Amino acid sequence: MNTLLIIAGKEIRDGLRNRWVVATTLLMAALALTLAFLGSAPTGTVGVGPLEVTIVSLSSLTIFLLPLIALLLSFDAVVGEIDRGTMTLLLSYPVARWQVLLGKFLGHAAIIAFATTLGYGAAGVALAAGEGGIAAESWRAFAAMIGSSILLGAAFTAMGYLASTLVRDRGTAAGLAVGIWLGFVLLYDMGLLGLVVADQGRSVTADVLNWLLLANPADTYRLFNLTGFQNVSLFAGTAGLAAHVQLSPATLLAVLAAWVAAPLALASFIFSRRQI
Amino acid sequence: MTSSEPTITVSGVSKRYGARYAVREVDLALAPGECVAMVGHNGAGKSSLIKLMLGLTTPTEGAIRVLGEDPASRAASHVRERIGFLPENVAFHPSMTGRECLDFYARLKGVSRRGNGDLLERVGLEPEAARRRVGTYSKGMRQRLGLAQALLGGPKVLFLDEPTTGLDPALRQSFYEIIGTLRDAGATVLLCSHALTELEGQADRVVVMNRGRKVAEGSLATLRTLAQLPVRVRLTLTLPEADMAALAGLGGTPTRLAGGVVELVCANDDKVDVVRRVAQLAASLSDIEIVQPSLDDMYAHFLRQEAAE
Repeated sequence: MNTLLIIAGKEIRDGLRNRWVVATTLLMAALALTLAFLGSAPTGTVGVGPLEVTIVSLSSLTIFLLPLIALLLSFDAVVGEIDRGTMTLLLSYPVARWQVLLGKFLGHAAIIAFATTLGYGAAGVALAAGEGGIAAESWRAFAAMIGSSILLGAAFTAMGYLASTLVRDRGTAAGLAVGIWLGFVLLYDMGLLGLVVADQGRSVTADVLNWLLLANPADTYRLFNLTGFQNVSLFAGTAGLAAHVQLSPATLLAVLAAWVAAPLALASFIFSRRQI
Repeated sequence: MTSSEPTITVSGVSKRYGARYAVREVDLALAPGECVAMVGHNGAGKSSLIKLMLGLTTPTEGAIRVLGEDPASRAASHVRERIGFLPENVAFHPSMTGRECLDFYARLKGVSRRGNGDLLERVGLEPEAARRRVGTYSKGMRQRLGLAQALLGGPKVLFLDEPTTGLDPALRQSFYEIIGTLRDAGATVLLCSHALTELEGQADRVVVMNRGRKVAEGSLATLRTLAQLPVRVRLTLTLPEADMAALAGLGGTPTRLAGGVVELVCANDDKVDVVRRVAQLAASLSDIEIVQPSLDDMYAHFLRQEAAE
């Protein structure tokens, strides 16, 4: 346990030193604040709370941005250290390989959690100060959005680690990371849409579609945030969809957590067999 | 573990990457309190052998025991608390300061950080330098920091891969003093180098590696006998012209070097006899010097022998 914390702490300090933490926090705060103010401008007469609008727009943005940040942070984590020669030295110390991998992951996940909480939290604070009178239910949805965003970031960090342990060369790892982002964030939904249209509902039933959505952490995250809370889904235009989704928010969160654990376990397995 | 038992045993170890052998059928035993030098070209298998002993890679054939454990097994994690390692071209995280780096490694090894200041001073890293980021360090400073981390916790086994590259002569001297102290305290030291001349007088035993194989092994004296390389006798003559004819009778052709020096080549066993006769024959002899074959010469000899086989 102690070894994990030592390695995670080193990773966090590295993130602070090379200004990753500052840069991502500022970026996320700037985007969240922009969306909060732009989004809340026209809602005065619609009868929807400003926080709900922000949740919908922020979660849509998160799906694109956070996986990208997570992958950028993680693709170099293993292959880069092997390349620079710092891994050889680290592994000559009394540490197990899974401890190295998990410790580094915890450090990176902490950086993402910090940046997301602070960046998005700033938007929440700004809205509360500007509008006031936001319902507790809305705050719960907002907190759930931040929490699930961290989980989404952790899932893509774990996939970045997997990419980083699979290959022998930093360039390939970077390419793989870009591929993961394109695949899960952009192409998957397009493909799914094409499939549904072409199939005309013959074999791709609502059940099958649910499973297909769970097979992508980005879609799981979207389902959780847009259908998990009634006040949000009303505004997002997904209330109809929400009625059809039989998956409880707890299930969706568990699936997201599995998207963190599975790539990490696989990466750890491969790394333990790797000849450095 | 008694002191006579070897700390490291390597038996019949081969390591193959694809079709290429990095290490081939190597046997080796290192005892406590012994400083062994492993010499060879780049790519001779020295670093590959050290990686195997550290458990970073697993042997294709054969078995390795370090301090009683297989270094690639799970149980070896605690064995590594007693191992120090200085890799070739040591690298650190550039954004950390020298002191932070050493503290990080000390924590990983479960060693108190209180002695780190002294340790840095011992390897010649000034307190001012220790406060700077490693990214700004020169090669020599990184090497000193690398040595400091290898010495953390007074290791029982030390692997040093090209330890003196980038060190100035004064520091080299103090480096070998530190190694000597550790060895006298019962540590096993394995040094890899191709700076052969500086190993003379430092290593108890030399292992010559070539293309993954162990070509020769023994103390410097043993290797000298094995190689049977000729000894050179250098004579300084005040009147070389007059004495050259007399010396020609000694067998072997005397060669004239710069500054009135004449060189004779003879077998090691004959050198006493040659010197005795030279003293009688050469009237203008003013100085005499016997040049033993250096480690470089022997190394070249063993490689030639290997190539011929």
